[in-house]
Amino acid sequence: MTTAPKSPSIALDVAPSWWRRLSLLLRELYSKPISALGTTITLLFLLAAIFGPLIAPYGENEIIPSEARQPPSSEHWFGTDNLGRDVFSRVILGAREILVLSGLGTLFAVICGTLFGLLTGYRGGWFDEITMRTFDSLLALPALLLALLLLGTVGNSQYSVLIVIIIVYTPIVARVVRSVVLTVKPKGFVEAARLGGETQMYILIHEILPSVWPALSVESALRFSYAIFLVGSLGFLGVGVQPPSPNWGLMVKEARPFASLIPWALFFPAAAISLVVIGVNLLADGMKRILGTTRTSQSRS
Amino acid sequence: MSRYILRRIFFLLLTVLLTSLLVFIVTQWLPGDVCRIILGREAGQGAIETCRQDLGLNQSLPVQYLTWLGDFLTGDWGVSFSTGLPIYPVVMDRLRNSLMLALVALVISIPLAVTLGVVAGLNEHKPIDSTINVGSLAVVGLPEFVTGLVLIQIFSFGLRDLGLPSLPANSSIPPGTSFMEALPMLILPALTAMLVLLAYIARLTRAGVVEELKQPYVRTADLKGLPRRTVTIKHVLRNALLPTITVIAISLGWLISGLVVIENVFNYPGLGRLMIFAIDRRDLPLLQAVTMVTVLGFALANLGADVLYGILNPRIRLGE
Amino acid sequence: MTVIDSGDGTILDIKNLTVAYQQAGEWLEAVREVSLRIQGGETYGLVGESGSGKTSLVLAVMRYLEETGSIRSGEIHLGDLDLLALDDNQLRQVWGKQITLVPQNPQSALNPSLQVGDQLIETLRHNLNLSQEEAERQAVEWLKTVRLPDPGRVAAQYPHQISGGMQQRVMIAMALCTDPQLLILDEPTTDLDVTTQAVILDLIRDLTQEQNTGILYVTHNLGVVAQVCDRVAVMYASELVEDAATQELFSKPLHPYTQGLIDSIPRMGDTKDNIQLRAITGQIPPIGEAPSGCVFRTRCPVAVDICLTRPPLYPAGESRYSRCHRWSDIDQGEISAHQPTPAAIPEPIKPDSGQHPDLKVKELTVHFPLLRSISDWASNRPSSEVRAVNGISFELSPGHTLGLVGESGSGKTTIARTIMGLEEKLSGSIELLEIPLPDKLSRRDLDTLRLLQMVFQNPEEALNPHHTIAETLRRPLIRLSGLSDSEAESRMVELLQAVRLPASYAGRLPGQLSGGEIQRVAIARALASNPELIILDEPVSSLDVSVQATILNLVGELQADLGTSLMFISHDLAIVGYLADQIGVIYLGSLMEITGPDDLFQSPHHPYTEALLSAIPLADPSRKGEPIHLGGEIPNPVDLPSGCPFHTRCPRYLGEICATQAPPWQVAEETGKQIFCHIPLAELSASQENMIAERSKLSN
Repeated sequence: MTTAPKSPSIALDVAPSWWRRLSLLLRELYSKPISALGTTITLLFLLAAIFGPLIAPYGENEIIPSEARQPPSSEHWFGTDNLGRDVFSRVILGAREILVLSGLGTLFAVICGTLFGLLTGYRGGWFDEITMRTFDSLLALPALLLALLLLGTVGNSQYSVLIVIIIVYTPIVARVVRSVVLTVKPKGFVEAARLGGETQMYILIHEILPSVWPALSVESALRFSYAIFLVGSLGFLGVGVQPPSPNWGLMVKEARPFASLIPWALFFPAAAISLVVIGVNLLADGMKRILGTTRTSQSRS
Repeated sequence: MSRYILRRIFFLLLTVLLTSLLVFIVTQWLPGDVCRIILGREAGQGAIETCRQDLGLNQSLPVQYLTWLGDFLTGDWGVSFSTGLPIYPVVMDRLRNSLMLALVALVISIPLAVTLGVVAGLNEHKPIDSTINVGSLAVVGLPEFVTGLVLIQIFSFGLRDLGLPSLPANSSIPPGTSFMEALPMLILPALTAMLVLLAYIARLTRAGVVEELKQPYVRTADLKGLPRRTVTIKHVLRNALLPTITVIAISLGWLISGLVVIENVFNYPGLGRLMIFAIDRRDLPLLQAVTMVTVLGFALANLGADVLYGILNPRIRLGE
Repeated sequence: MTVIDSGDGTILDIKNLTVAYQQAGEWLEAVREVSLRIQGGETYGLVGESGSGKTSLVLAVMRYLEETGSIRSGEIHLGDLDLLALDDNQLRQVWGKQITLVPQNPQSALNPSLQVGDQLIETLRHNLNLSQEEAERQAVEWLKTVRLPDPGRVAAQYPHQISGGMQQRVMIAMALCTDPQLLILDEPTTDLDVTTQAVILDLIRDLTQEQNTGILYVTHNLGVVAQVCDRVAVMYASELVEDAATQELFSKPLHPYTQGLIDSIPRMGDTKDNIQLRAITGQIPPIGEAPSGCVFRTRCPVAVDICLTRPPLYPAGESRYSRCHRWSDIDQGEISAHQPTPAAIPEPIKPDSGQHPDLKVKELTVHFPLLRSISDWASNRPSSEVRAVNGISFELSPGHTLGLVGESGSGKTTIARTIMGLEEKLSGSIELLEIPLPDKLSRRDLDTLRLLQMVFQNPEEALNPHHTIAETLRRPLIRLSGLSDSEAESRMVELLQAVRLPASYAGRLPGQLSGGEIQRVAIARALASNPELIILDEPVSSLDVSVQATILNLVGELQADLGTSLMFISHDLAIVGYLADQIGVIYLGSLMEITGPDDLFQSPHHPYTEALLSAIPLADPSRKGEPIHLGGEIPNPVDLPSGCPFHTRCPRYLGEICATQAPPWQVAEETGKQIFCHIPLAELSASQENMIAERSKLSN
């Protein structure tokens, strides 16, 4: 018994092309101020990551000792740090470093998580039981703790940070994907495909995956924002990426002893990381509203 | 009900067992030769062999794991590589400090967060809801080291510069400080941790309230003619607040992660700082102990939440 | 605030009510200029299919529309109280005291974390200002009034601990305990089994007979209306199209839609061999898309030019109304939307019965093990299992239709899924064309899969929402029938034609199709591989009545054309009786009776079949059936009763023997029907004569 007419949703439109879906999504995102803000912030940081070297007036480790500890000016927009490096350049160039590292990590984690989620959810049985129990125990360790444990033993490098992100986020993504698969699997169209003699591969990719996309894209955005968060926090703790990398967290750590002397060297990287995480978060929240999915993880960092 | 609790306990044991295996693999097996790490690169073959003998590294991996687990369970946590002191008392002291901090943060944030979430949920799509929603999204996105530094800037340096009584920016307390003595030192770190929890718990509480308000039994209660207040308090919140127990349990995971950063911002001698210390020195036994204690605490808190949830929820209490 | 009777006994007076929902800046009318009056003591039926606006009307009367909805114009008076003038606080004075509601789904309407008794006590205390002790006493009294066994115990239970039928009784107690002036029943039995429905309907009738309460009974089920209501209003596409006393409405409907609606229900005794169902063509327009002029004209068989202008609600005799320009022509019998009774579906070519059966199921048993918990293991309890299907045997001859009928939890769907390979059996055998079928789907080769296809119950989940209809249909053609891409393309169009859908639908997504259209595509998909046997699992149960008939006719015709064997599963005895050549009645995973459709009105019957037959509400107000009430609840299939599975609820329970020994299969001589019962057939026959005679009148 229907009461009110349902509001139209993108998912039920005439099979649109990917490009059209993306532009529809963008238009929806820009229809509300909050998600528009999130999208704009995210896009700006992405631009900085892509064109950073063209924008930055100085190199990331270009030291001008004579100009150390300068307050913001027209020459040095964000001032200079203790060693005489241009904070603006480091913040801009740091965007690429942090976004690439968290982006790649998220991408691999999403791929692995989707794979595990699809297989465990669809096959069930012992494979599911063992995989999910292992993932549960990985998740019983708070994310940062797991990251520290791994970094503490495999050593500090960008690659270990990358691996850590993948290991930490794969179970989270897998859980989200699995929960969607579990709701789709008993539906008539999936059983009809099984009765049609379709292979498991075909069913997973053609019948089930399309229903996973909405939850998966929101989760990917969320994971991306928390991956940035995690890389920044690791940088601040001095674990993982090492100096002189322009990791914003590391920059905050390095500027801290001189906080009262050169507050700008502390403020701008801190603001940058906060801004980008909040931006991507708002974007994910907007996507959640538009794609109408409630199935997202609840874990941070 | 007893079935439910037994199930929970079983899963707790399983999880802790699997996690301990993971910790063992990561700390004992991944890094390669522990003796090489202890004795350094210049150590002679003979010394290394003796060390391996002492640590039982020549035994098979399963035996090593079981020995290690047994030692841990009996409180024999070994000696720190870096300080040469027994680990157990140090970790216990730090655990006490971390718990004090966590407790203060939880006690302030839970009632506040639940209230904010309920207010937002009951006013869905109204300005107050949007404000709480955007505000919490922003706070969730702020890394703890940023919030911590901002708070220090305001309440420590800012107040001091204005010549007002200020809060300490450095919370390093000596071992064995009593709770009351430590309290002033706890305020800023607890406030930082609280902000994170606040946003998280409030968001999920709001979601729960919004979800419950859509349930048909709310209509039944309305149509009984009950005043809106009664409907909200007796019917909606009774169901909406139950899952909050689980939410708070999950948020402990956040709190633990957050505390690691916060303790390092404020130089607070808790488990989190001890962990970074252990990583810096590659002090593997210490790292193991800290991780295992944290995992165990987190798992026990989750078990407690599950049991409480089961007791309060008639569908579980009186379920099959 | 008390309501003073407005003098002429009118309890509810709705005048020209228009309700609309705002969507994308536009107002879509869900209820358009509806007027109706309910007198004290009257039961007023509001009938309509989904999307007709009846739910919106009810919510408007209760002033409980959702935020996007609003009352655009009109008046609603309860006695002399203007309901539209009340603010929220005043409304809460009316709710619960003067207007109460029994909703469709009692499970979700009760608060899951409050004891049933407390929820009733709360109503009593708040509305009647009783003390706690007095409210407690009355609550138990009311639970007794709604015939709940052991009311004291039920009061202390939580909703999840009692069955749906019991929950609905609690809701009824809650709605009646304040002696309201207006009671609204919104599809109160739709989610219940037919035997439970019979009990609830009787209860409602008995409890409201003596009172002066006005009742608005909302339903899509004409049988229920005929049995319960004094007056009926029929809604279609937001408008009230006919309003008449129940007796008159059923004997002489004066609106083509009402005529079509009454015609499209299969009656007990109709079979595809003697009659084709008369369906209304087309489908209900979605809200806001009704045609201009007469809303029914696009589907009306007697529409003419004048129907392009909107008809008023014509008075068509004493206190009856029809919104049809041509009502007097219909009244005088000059035109009729009753189509001439169409010829029966042509008898399919059914090979001689001497041939081997298509499908042979022997002693099929399916159990689902329950997870053995640690406490079970600790206390050394054996692992338990749900005994879904327990030793069922039947055969299906080529080109025939086997109907399986049973209530929820009977195991009928499990049988279907096990044959299809979607569940695994515990024991027994399933042979398709004399060849044993492997249990696991993965062990069946493409040729076997090709022979067996299935149509699922829920149209919302039947098709992949992300694939076009063409993609959905092409796939089995290529994969199972081995056609090339171009062959598949042309065959796909043929399939759409076969299920009476235009070829232009190929490019659409399922979200753009109605439920009935989706089920047609699902049937086309099942036909794509040219199977030997198709299993249809409740294919029409979630469709509207007028659409149901179209699908049932389609299935009958397709079978006559193609000679496919069918297994048709339903909870509705009339539907199964219409389509099947042989009917199996299932209870708790066991067959109770196997009968031909013509013999449904021939005693003897198994006592369970007898109860089922008697419980179906007749769509004929002149004959009130006397349903047999089954006591108790359906036993838990984890703890099956010993002996005859039906003995715990059997009204003809003999004694010991039923509880200890499995009954024999008795075969009736004249009809050949098989009955699984201890009672001698002659004895069953004699005692069932009356009920059967009463019921079978309808078949003529």
